Amino acid sequence: MSNDIFVITEHMDGKFSDVSFEMVGKAKELASAWGGQAVAIVVGSGVDAGAFASHATIHVDDAALSQFNPEAYGKVVEALVREKSPRLVMFGWTAAGMDLAAWLSARTGAPCATAVRDISADGTMSCQAYSGKLIADVAPEGDMAIAACLAGAFPAEAGQGSMAAATLASPVDLSGLKVKFVEAIKPAAGDVDITAQAKLVSIGRGIGGKENVELAEELAEKLGAALSCSRPVVDAGWLPRTRQVGKSGLKVKPKLYLMLGISGAPEHLEGMKDAELIIAVNTDKKAPIFNVAHYGATNDLFEVAEAMLELL
Amino acid sequence: MNIVVAVKHIPSIADDLPVKGANVDFDSVDFVLNWFDVQSIEQAALIKEAVGATVTVIGVDLIGELDGSLHLALAMGADKAVKITADDPAADSHQQAKWLSEAIKGLAPDLIFAGVQAANDIDGQIGPILAAYLEMPYIGGVSAVDVNGGTATISKEFAGGVGAKYEAALPLVVGVQASSKPPRYAPVSKVRQVAQTAVIEKVAPTGEASAGIVVKKMSPPAMTGHADMIEGSSKEVAAKIVELLKSKGLA
Ligand SMILES: Cc1cc2nc3c(=O)[nH]c(=O)nc-3n(C[C@H](O)[C@H](O)[C@H](O)COP(=O)(O)OP(=O)(O)OC[C@H]3O[C@@H](n4cnc5c(N)ncnc54)[C@H](O)[C@@H]3O)c2cc1C
Repeated sequence: MSNDIFVITEHMDGKFSDVSFEMVGKAKELASAWGGQAVAIVVGSGVDAGAFASHATIHVDDAALSQFNPEAYGKVVEALVREKSPRLVMFGWTAAGMDLAAWLSARTGAPCATAVRDISADGTMSCQAYSGKLIADVAPEGDMAIAACLAGAFPAEAGQGSMAAATLASPVDLSGLKVKFVEAIKPAAGDVDITAQAKLVSIGRGIGGKENVELAEELAEKLGAALSCSRPVVDAGWLPRTRQVGKSGLKVKPKLYLMLGISGAPEHLEGMKDAELIIAVNTDKKAPIFNVAHYGATNDLFEVAEAMLELL
Repeated sequence: MNIVVAVKHIPSIADDLPVKGANVDFDSVDFVLNWFDVQSIEQAALIKEAVGATVTVIGVDLIGELDGSLHLALAMGADKAVKITADDPAADSHQQAKWLSEAIKGLAPDLIFAGVQAANDIDGQIGPILAAYLEMPYIGGVSAVDVNGGTATISKEFAGGVGAKYEAALPLVVGVQASSKPPRYAPVSKVRQVAQTAVIEKVAPTGEASAGIVVKKMSPPAMTGHADMIEGSSKEVAAKIVELLKSKGLA
């Protein structure tokens, strides 16, 4: 075992995601406490791997890795981890990291903590649980641990730099994969671009049903705003996917984000926490959104929306 | 073709989540079916309709109240229901996945679905752990699955509305984010009817696994930057919001 920290970086179309830099920055801080190295791991082909302020960067380059493939990426990461035995492996709690972190944990027996928002020098991890309603402080047992880190948990600047990468061929045979990348899917177009709006009225599961969407639409119209939403609204078919704000939806930064019946799960916050003015109406006084909103009210959203319509 | 849908029964986040010791006070919360598992059940039902399949829904019965969720799955189109009689509300995801993997082995699955995440996942999600235990590939964040012979075509979501299409040889474990159509509504009368006739197979938990993490403390987040609360009746609140917006030139 070493005291090194592996950061499994993420990239798309040749660009690294912010969470990669955030984790490298945190890894450097932990490495100085543990006497190890922060090692950026770049799995992929056709990327410039020298973008990190890591102590070392390992770039595994193979044509089979040019697009994210959970099977291929998993095999490569597992082989590296088994060979080098780092003390900590950091993934983003993202579409890619969620495929790999728990899988690697089950493959190697290393404990895995998810939705990690901080890691202490003693190895304790603070995790968001129950959609942000609770925080769990967990201690991993054994010599190696895995942390799947929330985007935005650490500052990105400390991870940005220009460490030259050591490029390796894949340590495992990547022929005969069962999973094959076919094509990229581009975001659906043709609807309102919610990322370009100055004002958004955003509805969540609290809106209750498709028949109630009209009320929110009217309110948005009166305010000169567009209508956006949380994920369950899209998954239930009440609004199109182009209106979804959050981790798997779009990131917005409007002047006004008026939220009706949204709890404030971390995946939603990822998309809107930088809005200039956030007002949340939610009957649950303990809803996590009230930690983030500038103004809040614990009234019924239908009553408030109707009363606002009368006044506007 | 056999599709197995692994479901998770979790404390409801719609309610208060009191903590006892270093965990949720399981005696004071309602358990509900994980929302992403409802999406999994729908995705399985859609494939069954498209190409024919036997859909088995399976879950770990943590507090002896899983039947209602299994009845809902049957009313949505599942053919068989299995519960693993664990009776341990604190079982972690690794342990649950181990019990599920041992029970699933005998079902000769071509496809295994699990919700991409559940609110009580602290040590990773069930899907990828199951895949590792069953030595099958895993793709998560999936929003559509089509099956053609021994191959599945899968849409996976990344951030910002971007996604990717994959083809995978079966068998495979899929972490369902959303079904390709919104989950169908199962009327209460139908669920009740199913409850009267359904046979739920009981399986004893076998196999041991541990997450290897010790929860030292669980607590609500410290209130950082709490919102300024606008008090009053809904009419008063509406008036104050409108006033606020006007003062900032936003209405
Ligand atoms: C990989 C992954 C990606 C995800 N991506 C996203 C994403 O991009 N965007 C996203 O939003 N979510 C995303 N999620 C889902 C996320 O975890 C939450 O499930 C979701 O954000 C919850 O949406 P909600 O707040 O509308 O619903 P809930 O959490 O169910 O909250 C509904 C709220 O409405 C309130 N309410 C109910 N009735 C009323 C009323 N009459 N008046 C006032 N308030 C009322 C309730 O108190 C409650 O707080 C993702 C999840 C995963 C696993």
